[in-house]
Amino acid sequence: MTLAQIIELLLPQLILLITVLAIFIADLADTRKEKGWAPYVALAGILLALVVSSLHWGREVALLGNMLRVDRFSVFFNGVVLAASALSVLLAISYMRPRTPYRAEFYALLTVVALAMTLAAGANNILMVYLAMESISITSYVLVGYLRQDAKANEAAIKYFLYGAATSAMMLYGMSLLFGISGTLDLKELADFFAAGVPETSRWIAFPAMVLLLAGFGFKTALVPFHQWSPDTYEGAPTPVTAFLSVGPKAAGFAILMRVFITGLPRFYTDWAALLAGISIVTMTLGNLVALRQSNIKRMLAYSSIAHAGYILIGVVCLSLSTTSPFNGINGAMIYLLAYLFTNVGAFLTVIAFEEATGSTTIADYAGLMKRSPWLAVTMLVFLLSLTGIPSTGGFIGKLFVFGAAIQVQFYLLAIVGIINSAIAAFYYLNVVRYMFFTPAPEPASPVPVPRPLRWVLAVCLVMTFVIGLYPQPFMNLAAGGAGLLASL
Amino acid sequence: MNFPILTVITFVPVIGAIVGLLIPKEQEKTIKWYSVAVSLIPLVLSIILWVTYDNAAGGMQFVEKVPWIPTLGVTYHVGVDGISVPMIFLTALLTTLSLFYSAYTIHTRVKEYFLLFLLLETGMFGVFVALDFVLFYVFWEVGLVPMYLLIGIWGGQNRLYAAIKFFIYTLVGSVAMLLAILYIYFNVGSFDILEATARFSQVRPFMQNFTAVSLAFWAFFLAFAIKVPSFPFHTWLPDAHTEAPTAGSVILAGILLKLGAYGFLRIVLPIFPEAFSYYAPAVGVLAVISIVYGALVCMAQWDLKRLIAYSSVSHMGYVMLGLAAAAASLTRGEAVTNSAAMALNGAALQMFNHGIITGGLFFLVGVIYERAHTRDLHVFGGLGAKLPYYYGIMAVTGFASLGLPGLAGFWSEFFVFRGTFAIIPIYAVIGVLGVIFTAAYILWKIIQYMFLGPFNEERWGKLTDMELFEKVTMWPLVIFMVLFGIYPTPILNLFNAATTALMGRLL
Repeated sequence: MTLAQIIELLLPQLILLITVLAIFIADLADTRKEKGWAPYVALAGILLALVVSSLHWGREVALLGNMLRVDRFSVFFNGVVLAASALSVLLAISYMRPRTPYRAEFYALLTVVALAMTLAAGANNILMVYLAMESISITSYVLVGYLRQDAKANEAAIKYFLYGAATSAMMLYGMSLLFGISGTLDLKELADFFAAGVPETSRWIAFPAMVLLLAGFGFKTALVPFHQWSPDTYEGAPTPVTAFLSVGPKAAGFAILMRVFITGLPRFYTDWAALLAGISIVTMTLGNLVALRQSNIKRMLAYSSIAHAGYILIGVVCLSLSTTSPFNGINGAMIYLLAYLFTNVGAFLTVIAFEEATGSTTIADYAGLMKRSPWLAVTMLVFLLSLTGIPSTGGFIGKLFVFGAAIQVQFYLLAIVGIINSAIAAFYYLNVVRYMFFTPAPEPASPVPVPRPLRWVLAVCLVMTFVIGLYPQPFMNLAAGGAGLLASL
Repeated sequence: MNFPILTVITFVPVIGAIVGLLIPKEQEKTIKWYSVAVSLIPLVLSIILWVTYDNAAGGMQFVEKVPWIPTLGVTYHVGVDGISVPMIFLTALLTTLSLFYSAYTIHTRVKEYFLLFLLLETGMFGVFVALDFVLFYVFWEVGLVPMYLLIGIWGGQNRLYAAIKFFIYTLVGSVAMLLAILYIYFNVGSFDILEATARFSQVRPFMQNFTAVSLAFWAFFLAFAIKVPSFPFHTWLPDAHTEAPTAGSVILAGILLKLGAYGFLRIVLPIFPEAFSYYAPAVGVLAVISIVYGALVCMAQWDLKRLIAYSSVSHMGYVMLGLAAAAASLTRGEAVTNSAAMALNGAALQMFNHGIITGGLFFLVGVIYERAHTRDLHVFGGLGAKLPYYYGIMAVTGFASLGLPGLAGFWSEFFVFRGTFAIIPIYAVIGVLGVIFTAAYILWKIIQYMFLGPFNEERWGKLTDMELFEKVTMWPLVIFMVLFGIYPTPILNLFNAATTALMGRLL
């Protein structure tokens, strides 16, 4: 592979890197305080990377000594994480302006996470997985604690950091076990090693190794029992960062989880599928039950985000090798993540607009939002219905695919637990609707202003939620790239 | 037939609702009459649909089929047969009447109310025309949201509780249905309802795995029985119906309950004939309990609206009994096919009749509540002389409800019991008790406590009789009660062709 080819394949990452450097340097050069250009430079870089990455659609190559793959799976996840980053930049503009003078760095760091997430989407080597995960984590810690005068944000960052450090140490230990028995870090070679009739005793090392790996992956995706950081972190972090964490790093975590387990450890499918099935059930149930009791909307969305990770896992567990069936499980998880991205960012957008206007994140304060800002209330209703999984929204399509996968492999228990949970979830989503629509507004019922960048995000999220819900065919074609992973099984 | 009449009927309301967003919310009058005008379009089209439906040819007509999600084989597939045509007409009629009535009685948050109502209408039409499971499911749930908001915003004192209870009950049923739909998909390879029906009536692949079939059957049963509602899933109904605004109760009782019954006719009976006939005794028992228990509970109510709400449980029990009888007939061979078709005709006719009769009763509750601001039957009495017009209309509607010969309600009960008696006589014998109790609560509770006895001049001296708009709302319903009471043939022919064809396919 020539250098030119490598550069061409790495172009999205290079663009992001250049964007980061450009923002840092320009920040030094620009002595004015405003730095209004910073978010737009970051946005332009991220969108450009998104476009360039999309042009790689259809390629199936590995580069840099098999460290990184550019395939349809990675391109799909690049799309998800870069879209999440771009939307988060827009969410942050009006929110960060009054809260911190160091704004340019914020957007540079956000772009660093974007870069790390694209590496995670393509990581094809255990070492690369670790590097990508750590880059996401360390930069995210800074973003969470970015408002240093805010005691809650500090608590959030410390909690996030301590959990992250502990789980990543566990993950690293798991990786070292795998390396110890196989002598390789390459996912494909790992799979080949286990496939080549190694003694049954290797399972006794591989299984704990997988559990340890899951600690790291579960931390990123907020799976029970590695979820405890998320409610406090989600509540304390600057709200745009919360929105970002709930969709970007989560998607990257799922991309890694799927690629490592499916391409690296297919031999132990029954083991990790059983493990993940158990985790899925606990995650859905616990997330939903605890969300019922939340009075703070950010915490509620944090627990809801945990629950959604459980639904997505159904798709990972119930993967099927039938190439003809449109329900192969992996595409379910992918479509779910895509729909969840736009839905959840949309929901957080309302939270941000409301917080900017009133300073409150308490659900009860949403009383009478329909009277104060009908458009905001109605769009929030759409996002909440999508989170509930009501048809004609993207959330329904995601659920259709993961439950379909469960029925296809006749894992009825998982499907039934899943639907019971969707019904439970309706309670707390509709609780917000109840306040917005049924309870009278406090006087004076002043409208909630929505700054212009937020309006763009709102439009994108609303349109995408409906497009995925009403015409999912193009997105199914995109998610079909997941089948490429399964082919290696 | 190039004009896509079903698509137009289904989507005119929602498009009307979207366009209606442009009307400023201060112009309440414009919004009200605009919505009524929009709802007239599907009403006129549904009449045309009824008139042009070729009953001699039968089967699905006005079919439109367009690929929607090709990878899944999901199509936009709509069509109507003799069962759905009257249901579409009923939906259009009751929606227009509800909007018309609401134009005079709704004064808060007018814009939201009328636009939500139009959205709701699309959801209901969609269920009656959909011939694809995913499409069916989408419409099934789309109607849920506006109804939830209608109850929650414009409902009575206990509206918050009633709204969430309604939503969660229905949602539980429908997510169970979603799993069953997926199960059918993996056995048939398609989401098409007609294809599933055809495949299942011929090769009956489900018989190989009766446990799984039973699960799928009960999943559908749960979804539809909650909606109907059948005992013991009926507890959401009294709350929702009592708390909903008048027009909301009319639509709930008049149409939303029919969606469940329609689901049994369109999906459960054709696709799961074995499972249904196997479990018919259980379904029949639930139906009989609904009939008798519902009627007994009515007798204990003192809130007029709650009484009528419970009467729905009892009356929809007839529909379930007819369905159970038809399902039970499948194991008896051809000797009882005629009776089975008759039971189904009764069930379908009861769906329509219950729509116009109970819809009318809820309007009448609204009429008295607007004036008296109470629905407590203890405090009325002797209103007959003071409100003669209201008394007359209430008497006709009440008699239709208790099945007086000459009014519409008689025929549906007659056919249900005539069909059931030939197949599962003991159920019919017990079920008939419900008719007696119905007569008791209509005559004793409603007629006697409201209209007869001493008149409280001091309290009710200023009551006025029905206004013109209230009369106009009731006239079409009363006309149908009388018309189909004297001459039910036009609607029976439609149902009969469809149910005979259905029973013929199943045997």
